[in-house]
Amino acid sequence: MTDSYDGPILEIDSLSISFFTRLREIPAVMDFSVKVMPGEAVGLVGESGCGKSTVALGVMQDLGKNGRIVGGSIKFKGRDLGAMSQDELRKIRGSEIAMIYQEPMASLNPAMKIGRQLMEVPMIHRGSSEKEAYARALQVVTDVKLPDPKRILDAYPHQLSGGQQQRIVIAMALMAEPSLLILDEPTTALDVTVEAAVVELVKELGKKYGTSMLFISHNLGLVLETCDRLCVMYSGEAVERGSIKDVFDEMQHPYTQALFQSIPLPGADKNARPLRAIPGNFPLPHERPNGCNFGPRCDYFEAGRCDAGDIKMFDVPGNERHATRCLRFKEIDWQAPMEAGDTTRKSEPGRVVLKMDNLKKYYEVAANALFGKRGDTKVVKANETLSFEARESETLAIVGESGCGKSTFAKVLMGLETATDGQILLDNRNIEATPIEKRDTQTIADVQMVFQNPFDTLNPSMTVGRQIIRALEVFGVGKNDAERRERMLELLDLVKLPRAFAERMPRQLSGGQKQRVGIARAFAGNARIVVADEPVSALDVSVQAAVTDLLMEIQREQKTTLLFISHDLSIVRYLSDRVMVMYLGHVVELGTTDQVFSPPYHPYTEALLSAVPIADTRVTKKHIVLEGDIPSAMNPPPGCPFQTRCRWKSQVADGLCEREVPPLRQLGDGHQVKCHLSDADLASMEPVIQIAAE
Amino acid sequence: MAFFLLRRIATMLLTALCLTFIVFWLTNLAPNLEKLAKNQGNVRMTDEQVASFLQDRGYAQPLPLKYAQWLGVAPGWVIEGRDGTTRSRCNGALENGVLPEDARSFCGVLQGDWGYSTVFQDGVGSIIATRLGLTGKLMFWVMMVMVPGALIIGVLAGMREGSRTDRSLSTVSIITTATPEYVSGVVFIAVFASTAFGLRWFNGSATSAMENATFENFTLPVMTIALYGMGYIARMTRASMAEVMTAQYIRTARLKGVSFPNIVLKHALRNALIAPFTVIMLQFPWLLNGVVIVETLFNYKGFGWTLVQAAGNNDIELLLGVSVVSVFVVLITQLISDIGYVYLNPRISVS
Repeated sequence: MTDSYDGPILEIDSLSISFFTRLREIPAVMDFSVKVMPGEAVGLVGESGCGKSTVALGVMQDLGKNGRIVGGSIKFKGRDLGAMSQDELRKIRGSEIAMIYQEPMASLNPAMKIGRQLMEVPMIHRGSSEKEAYARALQVVTDVKLPDPKRILDAYPHQLSGGQQQRIVIAMALMAEPSLLILDEPTTALDVTVEAAVVELVKELGKKYGTSMLFISHNLGLVLETCDRLCVMYSGEAVERGSIKDVFDEMQHPYTQALFQSIPLPGADKNARPLRAIPGNFPLPHERPNGCNFGPRCDYFEAGRCDAGDIKMFDVPGNERHATRCLRFKEIDWQAPMEAGDTTRKSEPGRVVLKMDNLKKYYEVAANALFGKRGDTKVVKANETLSFEARESETLAIVGESGCGKSTFAKVLMGLETATDGQILLDNRNIEATPIEKRDTQTIADVQMVFQNPFDTLNPSMTVGRQIIRALEVFGVGKNDAERRERMLELLDLVKLPRAFAERMPRQLSGGQKQRVGIARAFAGNARIVVADEPVSALDVSVQAAVTDLLMEIQREQKTTLLFISHDLSIVRYLSDRVMVMYLGHVVELGTTDQVFSPPYHPYTEALLSAVPIADTRVTKKHIVLEGDIPSAMNPPPGCPFQTRCRWKSQVADGLCEREVPPLRQLGDGHQVKCHLSDADLASMEPVIQIAAE
Repeated sequence: MAFFLLRRIATMLLTALCLTFIVFWLTNLAPNLEKLAKNQGNVRMTDEQVASFLQDRGYAQPLPLKYAQWLGVAPGWVIEGRDGTTRSRCNGALENGVLPEDARSFCGVLQGDWGYSTVFQDGVGSIIATRLGLTGKLMFWVMMVMVPGALIIGVLAGMREGSRTDRSLSTVSIITTATPEYVSGVVFIAVFASTAFGLRWFNGSATSAMENATFENFTLPVMTIALYGMGYIARMTRASMAEVMTAQYIRTARLKGVSFPNIVLKHALRNALIAPFTVIMLQFPWLLNGVVIVETLFNYKGFGWTLVQAAGNNDIELLLGVSVVSVFVVLITQLISDIGYVYLNPRISVS
């Protein structure tokens, strides 16, 4: 190949891609330009639907039947990809340009052994013999740091964990040492600590092989950690482009600014410095406004100028390769301090409403999945000695990765499961053994839930108003239909949806609006305890802020106790009063937000904090990468649940960690840690996140 | 795996027991027996005579006992009849009313004693063996035509959903599935074997194929059965293939640089066969009984034809034998289908 080529690896020039339906042409990407130099990592950031994945597929020339490139060009090492024949493209795919996908499980062939899938690449592109290909596969699998490579090559995808699968997908992309790697949200489906390890690996391998990368993500923090340059996309257009430093510190487009203001960076506080959500909604592709696409949601919008006609990219003087698609970028004072939102007083927690005492939930599963009960059963300890109190108008965050037992806990609290042992006291009444069918209406109305995925939790064939009224009927609110209807409209007001939405069907709503309906439904019976299970993780960044703020506001008004289940520590730090960290069914740390986010930490909390990407160039983080995967709850390690991945383990004498579950220790002021480390070791811990002085 | 097989075989035997008992009960209902008595004895028998006829031949015993005897787990009856002769289940009419020294006391299906067919005047065991062999020959050719044909059509149609190939092949499959055998068989005979169209390419009767199957005498019955099933399997394969082709791992393969034929053969085919495989295996039992029409139509004296004869002539023992064999064929194909499914789909494991 043209290895002597030293120009840009990938050069996209004013690319436009449209999808054609029977009704109309839908432009997905318009006038998009980006350049990727050798060895450079370029981030592509934007909300869902902004066209970032379409760009990736455009580069691969794999747009499906309806998609077509309608303008511009994509040059790879100086050769126009659009002009290539299918045969030439096939030679480039996999060998010169490789792609890593969002869902590792779905992108591996379930009926083909891992080894076969990896070996295919060199066999196609280099004509390697089976032996050579196997040797290469073995080497690459070792490179991506998978244990026992030979066994892995002989496994089927379903026998690996999510993190391992993603490593295999990365290995597959690296098999032929491509010049360009396209990563499409490679870590979205993974847990934070696994994500951190995968990102680390990608960075390292990128350096080792000198690969250029196009990194697609919606997570600004992740892009900051992995990329050299970035390109912010909004509604099919690149709105700002430049080096990480320029864009993060000297942003020149109102959308970029709004995006940064809507994510909870360290320093944001729900009372003193609330987030600013971007007003309005993302325009649908066929309803884009004239002129600037961001115009209708922009604070700096100037009628007659911003909506006059198409806007080109302008180079920002002074910075290298920094461009913005804003007419007014020179007039806007970018350094102006963020307009303070409405500050509110911190509400004081009231009396204890919910108390958990030594709650345990064990599941018995048949050891042999296919043949039911015969043979021995295994006990899965989903929740182990859970004890805490939650007060009125307090936000208690429950943090942990998948499999840590946070959803089981929610189920037991809701009554979908009954506890194995221990008690749950709601206003000093025991409810742990009462399944939801036997709970009285008042208890059910008191304890409500907001679910993770707003797309699945609304009945698609019922109007929004009808669904809320149905909840009101169940909770016995209102004497007749008219009263309930009135109450339903009030609830829509409460969640800031127009009253006209009562007649809409769920499919006509956006994700954020659906989640608002979910919240309205949860509060229909004046719920006093609301379990919010990852309520914003399925939503876009700009919508997350709005929904979070809404929850906070309702909480302030109604004095609700909010149990906020999340894996996103940034948002937890922003909104919670107290934090409970869980690992494999155990509460490993419990304390106020400040206590948990500053040393002394539990070693797991420390790793978790280090793993969360923060979109702020001022922040320096201590680098802790956890090795391995979370152990299965079916087969937990003996002793401390975290001992298999703990970096402090060597500090504890004679293998205590491997023998005994640590006791819950009080560190004062209600801060509890489940760890064997000595007080001196705990005191020696340094803060993970430090913000450089401005 | 061994444990899995043992379990499956145990359930299979239990199912077989239940099913044969139901058939046994239905064939031994009072009106059937009355008809049997009048058939074998005298058409103008009185009710009393019928009762004594049945009594003498062991038919009046309680049903579970009769079933146990038929099965061969209870000793066969020996009854001294009102007409003076002593009869036994295993040794027929006895002279002197005494069982011979070496006489067997158990004779049932388990001992290989399947009974005696009143229609064919022959042992049920040997009838079934010959007829099953003949139908086996027919089924073998049907499968040889139907399965590869259906898979090829399904894969070709499914690999490019919505293309012209897909639409034409799908239309053909729908037409063949929508035409039952008794229609397509008649049409085939009219077109290819009669003077109506002047195309006397094939034989309208397959009787000669029982001894010596040739292209002329065997094509029409085989095609009649195969076409019907082919459309069905092809539709299943097409749907499954079309779904697999949109899967993300197919995109992965495409963007890895795998050529289209290899994507279809190496990546899509195995995944696409998982669903239709069960359907293909379900075709076996269907063939066994579905051939009834075709065998009668083409006068091919196979298993299905025998079933018709047995049912039409109230031949209880033969009917029972045919049912037992059918039950086992169904159960065994299902076992094979389960094992094959495990082999095709690595996500299912039995150990």
